[in-house]
Amino acid sequence: MAAAHESAGSSKGLIGWIDQRFPLTALWRSQVSEYYAPKNFNFWYYFGSLALLVLVNQVVTGIFLAMNYKPSSVEAFASIEYIMRDVSWGWLIRYMHSTGASAFFIVIYLHMFRALLYGSHRKPRELLWIFGCLLFLVLMAEGFMGYVLPWGNMSFWGAQVITSLFGSIPVIGGGLVDWIRGDYVVADATLNRFFALHVAALPLALIFLVIAHLMALHEVGSNNPDGIDIHKHNDPQGRPLDGVPFHPYYTVKDLVGAMGFLVLFCGVIFFAPTFGGLFLESPNFEPANVLQTPPHIAPVWYFTPFYAMLRAVPSFAGTQVWGVLVMGASILVLFFVPWLDRSPVASIRYRGPIYKIMLTIFVISFTTLGLCGLKAPAGIFPTVAKVCTILYFAFFLLMPWYTRLDRAKPVPERVTGP
Amino acid sequence: MNDDQVDHSRRHLLTAATTGVGAVGVVFAAVPFIASWQPSERAKALGAPVTIDAAKLEDGQMLKVVYRGQPVFVVRRSKAVVAALLDHNDLLADPNSNESVQPNYIKDAGPARARNPEYWVGLAVCTHLGCCPLGAFEPNNAYQLAGTDLGQNWPGGFYCPCHGSKYDISGRVFKGMPAPKNLPVPPYSFAGDARIVVGEDELPKSG
Amino acid sequence: MNGVLKRLLIIAALALPAGFAFAQEDEIAPLHSGTDINDIESLQRGARNFMNYCSGCHSLTYVRYHRLAQDLKIPESDLANLMFTSTKMGDGIVSAMPADAAAEWFGKTPPDLSLIARERGVDYLYSYLKGYYVDDTRPWGVNNLYLPSVAMPHALAGLQGLQKPVYKNEPDASGSARMVLVGVETLSPGALSAQEYDVFVRDIANFLDYCGEPIKAKRQSLGIFVTLFMLVGFVFAYLLKKEYWKDVH
Repeated sequence: MAAAHESAGSSKGLIGWIDQRFPLTALWRSQVSEYYAPKNFNFWYYFGSLALLVLVNQVVTGIFLAMNYKPSSVEAFASIEYIMRDVSWGWLIRYMHSTGASAFFIVIYLHMFRALLYGSHRKPRELLWIFGCLLFLVLMAEGFMGYVLPWGNMSFWGAQVITSLFGSIPVIGGGLVDWIRGDYVVADATLNRFFALHVAALPLALIFLVIAHLMALHEVGSNNPDGIDIHKHNDPQGRPLDGVPFHPYYTVKDLVGAMGFLVLFCGVIFFAPTFGGLFLESPNFEPANVLQTPPHIAPVWYFTPFYAMLRAVPSFAGTQVWGVLVMGASILVLFFVPWLDRSPVASIRYRGPIYKIMLTIFVISFTTLGLCGLKAPAGIFPTVAKVCTILYFAFFLLMPWYTRLDRAKPVPERVTGP
Repeated sequence: MNDDQVDHSRRHLLTAATTGVGAVGVVFAAVPFIASWQPSERAKALGAPVTIDAAKLEDGQMLKVVYRGQPVFVVRRSKAVVAALLDHNDLLADPNSNESVQPNYIKDAGPARARNPEYWVGLAVCTHLGCCPLGAFEPNNAYQLAGTDLGQNWPGGFYCPCHGSKYDISGRVFKGMPAPKNLPVPPYSFAGDARIVVGEDELPKSG
Repeated sequence: MNGVLKRLLIIAALALPAGFAFAQEDEIAPLHSGTDINDIESLQRGARNFMNYCSGCHSLTYVRYHRLAQDLKIPESDLANLMFTSTKMGDGIVSAMPADAAAEWFGKTPPDLSLIARERGVDYLYSYLKGYYVDDTRPWGVNNLYLPSVAMPHALAGLQGLQKPVYKNEPDASGSARMVLVGVETLSPGALSAQEYDVFVRDIANFLDYCGEPIKAKRQSLGIFVTLFMLVGFVFAYLLKKEYWKDVH
């Protein structure tokens, strides 16, 4: 398809009519058909569009679940079984939603990792990164509240534990917890308000933040695996020599990514929807029981690294608040990465060995923390969790020094391969 | 990107093929969502047939049950009352039930409008605007219902308090009433002498 | 470090979990049940066994009779023989036992078993039904290898007979002697042979597995078709991408 060179407003027919009243063709051109992205995107660059695909999946399946779900502590659990058994195809919509929730976090963790690999957080993309961190925060809240809604025993006790965390804040803690819960324990009031937040407020926040995230991206253009600026070398018409229009090249490539993802996604939905108890946890097939805590409380797998950090910090001066603060800090520190990273180069391809080692240690310690979070705090796990917490923070807090110390390689002028 | 090196026909073919597969996929994906709006198993279960045990009903007595969210009358009628059904056709708008809603076997049963004339089964939903009529089964009894005197020639039947529609004891509407048709009769069958299954035309053969 | 090596390192990091073995002290691993959710005859026998021996105390409120008839291919007239507390095919399976009376008699209301297989696993259920042994210290005179101090009596004792516990000396961490419960042994026979009882409880476990997720068999067969369709779509999308990216050098 040859690129259209007519100016906006000269299109005939319906499109022309719309264009005179709404920047339809102008938007299509600026954001898609004439948005030039680097031509060397690799496997790591699929995860942005996949995140959007999963978001659409969550919203659509979520709407259909909400048509049959009852947000009351008396009816919620039974309404899930109603969806699974009595509603035509309800089981499929439910599994698409529960698998989508875990898929969302897999995609987002890989998406964030790509940024760390290629320096997508660096100037001029600091705000893009911050919108991303905000999206991550909102997504965690959305996932947490969504998990409470089935009102299974893990839903209930998970909510009890996490809302209790706020109680460790000095002075205001007690009142704050009651205010969050709307009751003295996690109860019907809590469930109902989590439903409203999960179904309406947080999805709206997510959508606005995604729009802001994409606008920030398009303002400066995408980064690439070489970490260089493709707009430095343009053709006589001002188009980057190392860029390709997003449509058709990346629409067609992201379609491949989407199909590959869907093969795996459907594999899980149809053959292993509980994924060994990681995506749908066994204790949650029992209704909420205020008299009996599950033998082993753990949050869903995507929160376990942070949960492990929370548990790793011992009580001090009579309060547990330090664990809460460390857990909060572990997420807040992400916001500062653009300023912690002092390397002269963006992409790992041109950084020295220290960053590569630190990043590897970071990935291993984050994953190990996740494993520790899944297990009971016994045996070697508490010690391992403490060590990994320190390593996790070391990656960020020592970054200003080791990124400056690191021996960078010369960066090319033009992009190399994917 | 030289345009003349591009094999346009191959591109068109591949785009069309991929779009085709995609379109089929979208339709397959849409089916579960649209189908999920169908009445659920719970709705169907609540709409299931209802069994009534009318053994203890005496002449002139009535039972009411709910079937698919609507009230159903079962009235026990003596032979004399059933015989008298032929006597007041001139009062009725549709004595042969040509215009009303009932299973074929009910229409074919004539004035009795029942599988077993001893028991009349019908939907207690007035065909005017849907109110639930009152029972007034004794003939020539000067009933006073809802402020209305039904009169000495009352053959026995139903009276709707909302707008005054009158029906005989087979649910057949009188002439000149606000209600246009006879009371509807749902499908039903007998599982035993006095066990009525409302909602089943024929009971399955069983032991 | 090139992309492939990096990817391998990440996979290695993610593979670490394989090394973490399950270390629960003194917990006996459940037996392998060998159930097959596609074995309709097993499910039919399991439904019969459950209704006759379990439904007196345990409900399956989320399972409708009509659905059972459909999925297990039982004619509704035959299923009527197993319906003790309801006449309507659309109803859920509800036990006649009043909950508060049961709590008084057993110390705990017999739980609804609609989801027990999803909560505990089918192997656990199979093992549990085989794991009763005599224990004088318990109110009903029995205990269970897989659920210590269980409140439920051995409802199938007439069929299985009685078993006695087997202990082994396994010194604890500090080296002092300690008798640990490791298994059970037949004490007296029941109406069924060991093999017949094995099939009997396997069928019940299989049936409960079905009750936990009636759509499971259909979900798996549909999954083959859907995943294949996605693979076909993937191939088409890949060919399309390759064609367009010929432009890019």
